[in-house]
Amino acid sequence: MSGKGRQWGCRRSRRLGRILPSVAGSWFAAAASAREAVEQPNIFFPASTPAYAIRELSWLVLGITGAIFVVVAGLLVYILVRFRGGAGSEGTDPPQIYGSQRIELAWTLVPLLIVVVLFLTTARYLFAIELTRPTAGALEVTMVGHQWWWEIRYPALGIVTANELHLPLSLPEGTSPTFITLQSADVIHSFWVPQLAGKLDLIPNKTNRLWLDPRRPGTYVGQCAQFCGVQHAGMLLRVVVHPKPEFDAWAAAQRSPAADEPSAHLGRQVFESVACVSCHTVRGTRANGLFGPDLTHLMSRTTIGSGVIDNTPEHLRAWIDDPNHLKPGVLMPAMALSREDLDQVVAYLATLR
Amino acid sequence: MDPTSEEPAMSVASTTREIGDEALPSRGKVGVIALIACESSLLAVFVVAYLFYLGKSLSGPYPKDVLDFPLLGTIFLFTSSVTVVFAVRALRRGASSAGAGWLAATVLLGVGFLSRTAREWQRLIFHDGLTISTNLFGTTFYSLVGLHAGHVVVGLLMLTVILGCAVRGALRPSHAERVELVSWYWHFVDVVWFVVLTVVYVVGR
Amino acid sequence: MSAITGPLSEGEAAADAQRPWTSTLHEWAMTVDHKRLGIMYVLGGLVFFVVAGSEATLIRLQLIHSNNTLISPQLFNRLLTMHGTTMVFFVGIPIVFGFANYLVPLMIGARDLAFPRLNAFGFWLFLFGGLLLYFSFIAGDGLAGAGSAPDVGWFAYSPLAGRAFSRGHSTDFWTVGLLIAGIGTNATAINLVASVFTMRCPGMTLGRMPLFVWMMLVVSGMTLIILPPLTAAQIMLLFDRFLGSHFFDTQAGGSALLWQHFFWFFGHPEVYVLMVPGFGYVSEIIPVFSRKVIFGYAMVAAASVSIGFVALTTWAHHMFTVGLGAAPNALFVASTMLVGVPTGIKIFNWLATIYGGRIRFQVPMLFCLAFLFQFLCAGLTGIMLSVAPFDYQLHDSYFVVAHFHFVLIGGLLFTIFAAIYYWFPKVTGRMLSERLGRWHFWLLVLGFNLTFVTLHFVGFAGMPRRIYTYPADRGWDLLNTVATLGVPLQIAAVLCFVVNVVVSLRRGAVAGNDPWDAWTLEWGTTSPPPAYNFESIPIVHSRRPLWDLKHPEDPDGPHE
Repeated sequence: MSGKGRQWGCRRSRRLGRILPSVAGSWFAAAASAREAVEQPNIFFPASTPAYAIRELSWLVLGITGAIFVVVAGLLVYILVRFRGGAGSEGTDPPQIYGSQRIELAWTLVPLLIVVVLFLTTARYLFAIELTRPTAGALEVTMVGHQWWWEIRYPALGIVTANELHLPLSLPEGTSPTFITLQSADVIHSFWVPQLAGKLDLIPNKTNRLWLDPRRPGTYVGQCAQFCGVQHAGMLLRVVVHPKPEFDAWAAAQRSPAADEPSAHLGRQVFESVACVSCHTVRGTRANGLFGPDLTHLMSRTTIGSGVIDNTPEHLRAWIDDPNHLKPGVLMPAMALSREDLDQVVAYLATLR
Repeated sequence: MDPTSEEPAMSVASTTREIGDEALPSRGKVGVIALIACESSLLAVFVVAYLFYLGKSLSGPYPKDVLDFPLLGTIFLFTSSVTVVFAVRALRRGASSAGAGWLAATVLLGVGFLSRTAREWQRLIFHDGLTISTNLFGTTFYSLVGLHAGHVVVGLLMLTVILGCAVRGALRPSHAERVELVSWYWHFVDVVWFVVLTVVYVVGR
Repeated sequence: MSAITGPLSEGEAAADAQRPWTSTLHEWAMTVDHKRLGIMYVLGGLVFFVVAGSEATLIRLQLIHSNNTLISPQLFNRLLTMHGTTMVFFVGIPIVFGFANYLVPLMIGARDLAFPRLNAFGFWLFLFGGLLLYFSFIAGDGLAGAGSAPDVGWFAYSPLAGRAFSRGHSTDFWTVGLLIAGIGTNATAINLVASVFTMRCPGMTLGRMPLFVWMMLVVSGMTLIILPPLTAAQIMLLFDRFLGSHFFDTQAGGSALLWQHFFWFFGHPEVYVLMVPGFGYVSEIIPVFSRKVIFGYAMVAAASVSIGFVALTTWAHHMFTVGLGAAPNALFVASTMLVGVPTGIKIFNWLATIYGGRIRFQVPMLFCLAFLFQFLCAGLTGIMLSVAPFDYQLHDSYFVVAHFHFVLIGGLLFTIFAAIYYWFPKVTGRMLSERLGRWHFWLLVLGFNLTFVTLHFVGFAGMPRRIYTYPADRGWDLLNTVATLGVPLQIAAVLCFVVNVVVSLRRGAVAGNDPWDAWTLEWGTTSPPPAYNFESIPIVHSRRPLWDLKHPEDPDGPHE
């Protein structure tokens, strides 16, 4: 959670002199968030089989390149020290060496050999990652990239949600992996949750397949990794990995139609009568728009605006009133509702757990 | 060093230099070859796009429905390559009126080719309803054939300028190499047409 | 400015001092002299460098901590697009072709390039293209709204750059500006190829050309092959945007990937076009400051030619994550790793040149030595990126940003500065200050490494590229702040350089023909050279004509 009321990069004028104090402030916010369950991303702290495989391969790569660096840089330092021209070095030039076929052959063959070894190892991991096929216990998910949010569907489970991907734990390794079909509704996006797998693009008119095999429960963060427009930076992604029973419970809750509490009927009427329904879906109501995220279980999600702000009624109110203030450039227009209508819609949405 | 032993700085394209035993090629020839390499690369990308999108149009009209093999235009264009060779040869041996005649024939044949293309496009646009924005076939067809036609236009402009010089009697045998360089460009345009012919009217239909 | 046109007689000098500045301006504006055009190219490139560097400074300031609001996302995206586009097309290209313009005729003993008027045409196209691109800032909504500068990234992927997602004309400024500048670059490449093949002085076989000329030949040849595909793709984009065609229109069945293939077929060899001239500078400077001939001339030349060819086969390593499939990915892994071999070999050749030498640690050499360390790092991170599964994590992250800035700053920019310090005396007749040069050098080494070494780790920590801000819970704050702290040091370094140039133009030590005791033909004429370059066309008998003159008892010829 990014600190109390810290707004997502909204466009207020800021003078340079105020950068330093806010640097300190943000460090505190970062420290505070460390108390949360969200794991800070890092490609060297994997939590899923493909990410483990990549890290394994990276040891070899880093080892080879590190060794080359030590040898060559060390040689360079030695040469610079040994052959520095001191005072009195003007005048005669040292013996001119024009080349040596043998030496040059050696330093061509050795790198070629290294390249061959590296290539063969790389190819092995490449094909292993690519050729993994769904097993019987695999979960199928379809994700569609939009400017600037993630549509998430579990076809076999009858679930449609957005921006927060819930996955079952896969222990022992490989018993219940998740296979994700990646598509795009507009421009090219990229799915990247560093601790779970390497990234893969969501490309319009093309379908890509990615697999995850989470081995540690927790919440992992990622975001779109292919520049996709104004709010590319605001297309954040949360992935929550549950042990199987918890996941099943979550799925059952998501599958149910929208809550229909009598206290929120007025708000539901307002919601169904304004433009909300042309973009959003709330299962079990008249709202069946597809342009924006599914709101059936909106309050089950931790954030709104695809991760840019926490999901609280106050933030929800501010979002509906003017989303551009919280996420500049977002495609949802300011709804221009009266204060009463806004209160009622928020009250209604707050019941959609 | 004797200053008069210097080579003139901006010599005519035909001057060759020698290094040891090898004679260096002329500036103009290398320049035109480099230009042709450039243009080949440019047109190759449009050919790649054409081939890549073959059969991928979501709706018609499709190539086999609307394309007729452009026999007459092709004959015009290939013949013009022959006439331009004759023109260069005539200029080289000093027969400038013969040279002008062959140049005029080349230009006329080139214009004839363009008019055939124009007729084909007129039919495609107004009769068959195929424009650059209709479908992928329209997009790749008009851009590839159009780009080639654009190169024909540029070539014709150069040839017309030379023809004008020839008609005014200003063309000498010493200019023959420069005219030959333009003719190389013209041959290149022909080769490209051969590729376009094969890709669009043979393979693509 | 008259100091740069050549030595004048007293009478001429007096008359020159009284010439109105409009006359001098007219002379420069109408020039077809390769030396003046070279200077104009480099100066133009350096001006754009300051502009693009300012854009980068704003970017780093915005990213100094999480949730920063210094710059809006709209402006940020324009800044990152303009920064990348300017640096590649209006800084790198003009500077490397500018140096080639100035030096190639001198090094091959010619009086000018093959087509002087085409040369001038190319320069003005570059300038016009750059001005058109920057006109976009004010051509739309006006500066306060950051105008309509392009905001689709320097690579303008489709469909983002298409009509539907990129409204208005900002993308068109990008497309047309680059198209025009690209024609100019192609023209210069044709000019260089023709010059190298047809205008070498007597005795200078291809195997006796300076290595810098070899590099420019390779670079020009590559340009001829790879720049037209970019032009073609841009024409296609213009057709899509203005005529409603469907080259990159996924709704009509078009392919979003086609643009990427075309762009990177240009884009990857382009970075070699930028870097290989740097190898050329280093291949000339390192021998002179080690007092030893280059080790393995033939290998260095051959390696450069092979880079030119192999680089054409590596483009889709920029597309490892688009889902081409394991087999195509593997092919590009192989070709990318392969192209690293001739590049690495050159580093060994340079090391072997310095080995056994008598090193002079003057400023040109300092920049070359830093280049060796930094380019080694750049090449090794490149190998890491060529390992496709590793790239699945690193692609589009700050690791890639760090890698290519190590190539282009740590590599190219450092060699450009080496070249400037080395050839400034030849161009102007005056030496740059060693003292200011050292300040420039050390500030740049410190600032550059502080920023870009840090950014590697930001990439490991999962931060993607091209984001205008980031949440506080990612743990990226500290690293980003450290990286931004390197910026003022780099700015200070560039300021030292500018001061050095301005002061030395008037008060630098007089250079003479050959201040470095070097061996290639340009040092055999005056500093600056006369308009006709050489009194008489030289005749050479080896790769180092001036070495032969200075060491008649042991000429190079029999050893080669």
